[in-house]
Amino acid sequence: MALVTAPAPKTAADERVAKRSPLSTLMARPEVGALVGAVVLFIFFASVSGTFTQPNALATILYGSSTIGIMAVGVSLLMIGGEFDLSTGVAVISSALTASLFSWYFSMNAWVGVVIALLVSLSIGFINGWILVKTKLPSFIVTLATFLMLTGLNLALTRLIGGSVSSPSISKLDGFDSAHAVFASSISIGGVEVKITVFFWIILVAIASWVLLRTKVGNWIFAVGGDANAARAVGVPVTKTKIGLFMAVGFCGWVLGMHNLFAFDAVQSGEGVGNEFLYIIAAVIGGCLLTGGYGSAVGGAIGAFIFGMANKGIVYAQWNPDWFKFFLGLMLLLATIVNLIVKRRAELK
Amino acid sequence: MNAKQIDQQTLLKDEKDPLTHTPVHLLSLDGVGKHYGNIIALRDVTMAVDNGRVTCVLGDNGAGKSTLIKIIAGLHQHDEGVLHVMGDERKFNSPRDALDAGIATVYQDLAVVPLMPIWRNFFLGSELTTGFGPFKSMDVQKMKDITLKELAAMGIDLRDVEQPIGQLSGGERQCVAIARAVYFGAKVLILDEPTAALGVKQSGVVLRYILQARDRGLGVIFITHNPHHAFPVGDRFLLLKRGKSIGYYDKKDITLDELTAQMAGGAELAELAHELEQLGGHTQALREVQAEVAEVAEAAYESNAKRH
Repeated sequence: MALVTAPAPKTAADERVAKRSPLSTLMARPEVGALVGAVVLFIFFASVSGTFTQPNALATILYGSSTIGIMAVGVSLLMIGGEFDLSTGVAVISSALTASLFSWYFSMNAWVGVVIALLVSLSIGFINGWILVKTKLPSFIVTLATFLMLTGLNLALTRLIGGSVSSPSISKLDGFDSAHAVFASSISIGGVEVKITVFFWIILVAIASWVLLRTKVGNWIFAVGGDANAARAVGVPVTKTKIGLFMAVGFCGWVLGMHNLFAFDAVQSGEGVGNEFLYIIAAVIGGCLLTGGYGSAVGGAIGAFIFGMANKGIVYAQWNPDWFKFFLGLMLLLATIVNLIVKRRAELK
Repeated sequence: MNAKQIDQQTLLKDEKDPLTHTPVHLLSLDGVGKHYGNIIALRDVTMAVDNGRVTCVLGDNGAGKSTLIKIIAGLHQHDEGVLHVMGDERKFNSPRDALDAGIATVYQDLAVVPLMPIWRNFFLGSELTTGFGPFKSMDVQKMKDITLKELAAMGIDLRDVEQPIGQLSGGERQCVAIARAVYFGAKVLILDEPTAALGVKQSGVVLRYILQARDRGLGVIFITHNPHHAFPVGDRFLLLKRGKSIGYYDKKDITLDELTAQMAGGAELAELAHELEQLGGHTQALREVQAEVAEVAEAAYESNAKRH
């Protein structure tokens, strides 16, 4: 902290705009608080558990993180765009159920179900966004309604079509093996099996960061979250941007849904409830402002990694997993407080 | 009161002759009106904007100034009268439409996103890109350079265009917004109460930018409720009251005192004096208002006498 409080250079052209030190520029990044938290947590678990830093354990932690992180990418972008989505947890399951029930009922190639599921996921996002911009209701209400409707549809349609609370096994269908290879295989790196979702996660974070920082769509996302009226007045397509963001969340839900389906061969229709909060927590821990206009995709990824470390770290430390939720809540509180302090300090500089 | 009656004769003492004269008005309104349900927000407004000229729209709160600029800026559509841009009849469906027609608006709340860096705000909605297809990305370095250069041309020296625009002062933010409009080739610049929230010095700075924009050949619409800000920079004055035009003057036909009298409304001041009288007490305040009523009436009389 000593460097942060160092005196400003004396020879500034405009005395009100002192040159920022590289460190304070770094500190102004949204994900710094989360990064500090992640490092502290890593050191903590590494010191209490010998197995935590083993390559296999790390691969497991990364896998756990990726199942949250894939969704956190979309949810972070949406949060920067000023909205959030409570239907994400069950929408993932809806996507998986669509793929399995469709290809099972029509006895088709599993890939047909995969494509139909993509369309359904994008449609859910589109409908969320469309209702939001048309009614101007808060996203809390709109997506809460979608959440409830999807929860009901998941249970009812699965029982109606498959006759059970779980979707029927599709492992015998054509295309199952190739879909399994694409969505749920492992890749060996130096003898360590790393789940393919980890790579999906990294690719999605990279694409989202590029879009956010280097494309005009990214500029629009910050603007619609920061001040939608101002953005509209200078010609930003606010409606399209918001609907697009909900559809991006839908796409992430599809990726995770396909993994959930093809990692096994069936899906429980009642799953997913409550997961939406994990994604939102990851984004918030990662420094995304709940009110929009500020944040990063990398931040959401670090948030998801913190979640993964806490989740698996408790097991490796051989504590009772009952403590996990308490731990998560504490992490959320600490991370947001650290974010707040870091942000204020950076803005003062 | 026809917009075409006014020719482009007036030149201020230190004003440059406009670079080009267009045979038609850059922008003209003829009998424009707007109602929201059964509420008439604006009716029968006639005005014109030419390049290298400043048209001031004056009026108190609720006079219809905002409605007028929203129509010109494409946020609302008029339902009476006609709006011409370079002689063509137009009706804008969105702010984008108006922008494409060369009409840029600098809003009272500035239309900037406070948390975003200055350069991102400068190019918001009109980002420069390189590459093609799905790999099109923003030309960040070029955008930063241009922002720095354009702001320097307006007299703002910034070292760091990466800082959030919310950290700038009100006058500086106005300046960024004006520089943005000028850079993006606006032909008509609408300024919505740019001096309303500013101190005396900052107001002076903004008035200077208005003249700079005018000298670069833009047609400027300057919305204000302060005749002391409008008179020095304006070439034409449209006075609005309760959604109606109460006067449209060329600079040669009106004086600052007359403008003030019309604006402040001698009648309103008299009414205020009457109300204070009825309430009783407050003799000091009453005396002051009465003195002002007399002053305004006198000024109006004098300038009338001068002209006739």
